[in-house]
Amino acid sequence: MIEKLDEIKSNAIDELSSLQSIKELEDWRVRYLGKKSALTQILRGLASRPLEERKAVGASANELKSLLERSHRQKKEALKEKAYQEMEAAAVGKQIISPTGIPSEEKFGIPTVFLGIPDVTLPGRPIPLGRLHPTTQMVREICDIFVALGFQVVEGPEVEWDYYNFEALNIPPDHPARDMWATLWIDTKSGERPMLLRTHTSPMQIRVMERTTPPVRVVVPGKVYRYEATDATHESMFYQIEGLAVDKNITLADLKGTLYEFARRLFGAERKVRFRCDYFPFVEPGVEMAIDCMVCGGTGCRLCSGTGWIEILGAGMVHPAVLRRVNYDPEIYTGFAFGLGLERMSMLRYGVEDIRLFYSNDLRFLRQF
Amino acid sequence: MKAPLNWLREYVDIALSPKELAKRLTMSGTEVKGIETIGGWENIVVGQVVAIEPHPHAARLKLATIDLRGECLRSVCGASNLEMGQKVAFARIGAPLIDPQSGEPVRLERAKIRGIASEGMICSERELGISDRHEGIMVLPPDAPLGVPLNDYLGDAIFDLDITPNRPDCLSIIGIAREVAALTGKSVCLPETRYDEPGELIERKVSVEIADPDLCPRYCASLITDVKVAPSPPWMEQRLLACGMRPINNIVDVTNYVMLEYGQPLHAFDYERLAPKRIIVRRAGDESITTLDGVERMLQSDMLVIADGEGPVAIAGVMGGSGSEVTEETTSVLIESANFNSVSIRRTAARLKLRSEASLRFEKGISPELTMLALKRATQLMAELSGGKIARGIIDVYSGKKEAKPIALSTKQVERILGIKIGLEKMMKVLCSLGFDCQTVSTEELSIAIPYWRTDVRLAEDLVEEIARIIGYDELPITLPSGALPQYEADPMRAIRERASDILAGCGIQEVITYSLISLEVSRKVVLNSGLTPLKIANPITTEQEYLRTTLRPGLLEALSANEKHEEGSIRLFEVGKVYLPREGNLPEERQMLAGVLSGPRLDRSWHGEGEVLDFFDVKGVLETLFERLGVEASFEPVNDELFNPGRVARIMLWGEELGIIGELHPRMAEGFDISRPVYLFEINLEKLLPTTIAPRKYRPIPRFPATLRDIALVMDGEVAAKRVQDIIQSFPLVAKVALFDVYTGEQVPQGKKSLAFRILYQSPSRTLTDEEVNKEQERILERLHRELGAALRA
Repeated sequence: MIEKLDEIKSNAIDELSSLQSIKELEDWRVRYLGKKSALTQILRGLASRPLEERKAVGASANELKSLLERSHRQKKEALKEKAYQEMEAAAVGKQIISPTGIPSEEKFGIPTVFLGIPDVTLPGRPIPLGRLHPTTQMVREICDIFVALGFQVVEGPEVEWDYYNFEALNIPPDHPARDMWATLWIDTKSGERPMLLRTHTSPMQIRVMERTTPPVRVVVPGKVYRYEATDATHESMFYQIEGLAVDKNITLADLKGTLYEFARRLFGAERKVRFRCDYFPFVEPGVEMAIDCMVCGGTGCRLCSGTGWIEILGAGMVHPAVLRRVNYDPEIYTGFAFGLGLERMSMLRYGVEDIRLFYSNDLRFLRQF
Repeated sequence: MKAPLNWLREYVDIALSPKELAKRLTMSGTEVKGIETIGGWENIVVGQVVAIEPHPHAARLKLATIDLRGECLRSVCGASNLEMGQKVAFARIGAPLIDPQSGEPVRLERAKIRGIASEGMICSERELGISDRHEGIMVLPPDAPLGVPLNDYLGDAIFDLDITPNRPDCLSIIGIAREVAALTGKSVCLPETRYDEPGELIERKVSVEIADPDLCPRYCASLITDVKVAPSPPWMEQRLLACGMRPINNIVDVTNYVMLEYGQPLHAFDYERLAPKRIIVRRAGDESITTLDGVERMLQSDMLVIADGEGPVAIAGVMGGSGSEVTEETTSVLIESANFNSVSIRRTAARLKLRSEASLRFEKGISPELTMLALKRATQLMAELSGGKIARGIIDVYSGKKEAKPIALSTKQVERILGIKIGLEKMMKVLCSLGFDCQTVSTEELSIAIPYWRTDVRLAEDLVEEIARIIGYDELPITLPSGALPQYEADPMRAIRERASDILAGCGIQEVITYSLISLEVSRKVVLNSGLTPLKIANPITTEQEYLRTTLRPGLLEALSANEKHEEGSIRLFEVGKVYLPREGNLPEERQMLAGVLSGPRLDRSWHGEGEVLDFFDVKGVLETLFERLGVEASFEPVNDELFNPGRVARIMLWGEELGIIGELHPRMAEGFDISRPVYLFEINLEKLLPTTIAPRKYRPIPRFPATLRDIALVMDGEVAAKRVQDIIQSFPLVAKVALFDVYTGEQVPQGKKSLAFRILYQSPSRTLTDEEVNKEQERILERLHRELGAALRA
């Protein structure tokens, strides 16, 4: 028995040294370590042997088995290393092989995907690209800023009653301030309540206050419409974001702080901000906010019409008549409101000079955002 | 509103530079949109013609000697209006001027004209760049200061102001002067109006009756006889021009001048042309009037007119009639200074589409107190300029004079709104500078009387704004709201919209936003026989934007069509937006929709090979991805829809309801949008997906026991829908997952039959399945498929 083992051992080791490929190595393994190999047979046959023999032969056979297994492992490592070296040598030789014409797995024992040397400067496989509209991106960005300041985002109807768009906002019929909002009216039958396309997001101030009790802190993004001949700076449809905060102890200083924070987050911490008096019928005092011109830095240029400042939004303290309209007691509550044009923010941010680009949906424009 | 700096200086001292003044005005609410500089002349001084001699070599030229105060220079001059003693603008050699022929800037050079050296030039308005006049030299008023640089005398800065609708008082030079005074700590000095009244008693010459005092609270009138109608003096013409008004004659110009000065519109009637010398302010009857612009206008009963004994002579506060217009023949003038109801004027002007300087002021609500002040000023000026005789007295019909009540204002109120404590004295100082009359009520409260011109101030809050804007908003502190946060309310619609947009963009589709307003024509192209009449705009800008869309399809198809003209590769667009569905007697339903259009190659052309053309299943794959990500199992059912290519359209069902539609657009429809390639379109009602955001997701444990995979190929009739086969297999309890991996028709299967191959994953959550169990389950599946669908295992 022992002789038999010696013979297996010397044959196996001899053969092993001359093997050249993984395939040959696998045949070798089957021959010497497989289920039908002589060594396996010997080990299986041991059970029926006397104890003495079992001990002696068993020890030697197991020793041989682990030797062969170890040798197999080493040989396999060696063969793979050799294949890697050949692959690397090929690469050093700058053989550029097309992705399909690659050496066989059989030869190297390395999955074919690792072989062949493509021109890595070739373009990748195209994947269709989708993007959000720049206005959507800007709405989200601005809403996120105000959400971080404790505001909630709400939305409302674009087709509105005259009441919400004007009357409840302290702009009765025939008020001269109505000229500030050229209106598109819905064709209704005579005698019906006048209906219009909202000219600003401000009607939502009323709708939100009607259904909630203070404290209120909301921003309202949405489409608005104007009866306006379009040009590079005017559109008949655009987006606004309205803001409203009502509570006890809300002050003009709070308005300044909130909008200052907003401007710095949107346009950068180095921006200067200016607040001046302006008029909107639904606020008192009225405010207009401007930032220092990002093109000229305040010295005056075409973008800022030589003033050094760029108006970005209108705001103010909610008018007591508006608060009374929704049954908020102006002796108890104060609030601030603001409204800004979305496209103007994008135009300033990206240097877009024509507002009409936004909704003409030319892919050459949209792909830039 | 234009305001020349020199005019403002008549009422208030101004030491600030125009730029600094503009900044302060802007910050306080009177926005200066621009400053136009007049002048900028160099080397041009005020001179006087002291001698005129003929030119020895030219009959049409003269030699003028000009005194420049101590220095006399000689100039060759060809102007026909040159006269002894005239004050003129004299340009020295080297002065920059405008070439009257070319309009280009030139520099005056030393020259000999017909042999005589000219030491300078007497300038025309055109050469100075003041106007286009070049018929003669510009003659300055006799009181022009001799030897003073012209720039100091005539140079000016004209402010272009944006006056907000609440400040009609600032539609006047005096109003702006008041603002300047308050902002610079100066006081305002109004013109004095004193004059003799040598004429007859006015009541004997004319009577005034107000039939409708609600619409005309006050009507004042004066009369000037023996006027001589002529051009106004240059100073007045220049101011009118600077403010954008055309000079006409010394009568009309005075009414305009005083309107600009005080903000009170005035009207001058030719007294002789008023039939029976009476004025009635009344509502119009069924009558018409030809206005000063020569247009005959039909009047309506709610319009207010000024009538004489025969009929309307003016549309009150809007425009005068041509019948009583002041002309060169006019000898007597009745000046009207009245106050009209703002709403009435606004309606009338809007109805007649006739907005004048007068109506723009009246409609904003000006004080009745102004009428008398402005009338006196106009009467004085007009008599001075026209040499007329002022009738004795003034007619003043003033019913229901209203005294504005004083407003109480405490330091607490100011602090509550501004967030900063402002002392009582400071409050008083600011308000007094604006003309408010402040009485101290206590150490913390004022009682404030409102000056007549501030018709906009009614509330304590208005006074707070006055204080804040004069102090300057920039002086207020910066804080953040300190109160508790409001209760949070989720907005599931916004959440689902944003999720859907993100998913579709991730699937390689570009978001677009298209117009909500479309034309009826384009709407009809995509909404067939729906019976739904979209909402119509009463005053559309164009017919392209006349109706509110009831579907997102047209906007997307138009965007696709427009992009097809320059895009080589595929075009994939989606929009999330509202459609507007009319509801009787109510606002429309604004339904949130999601729609997309896709066309072109699956992959853009590259070295990896030519891309195949997109097909139905690419688009369906996108929607399946969307539904998968949203966690819903929508199904697709064949449907007939004329808009789509027959058979290549499916409706999308969810929870037994129709969610939307997907299909290949009928070529006829595509052509309607000028699209030549196959287009796939889907449209989904996002509201139907709302429950997905509300139902919370539940975690399912990862399977612990191994699965068994089996592939089966089935042969069945060609019409059997794959979905039915899949649903049956999926319904068996041991089937964890089933996927269709091959569809075959052809030689290998009989005519009219097809083969579908499925990979089935058998798995139990509670144990490892034996081969036997799997075999039995599969037999049951095959048996049922055979029974219900006639499907058999492929040999």
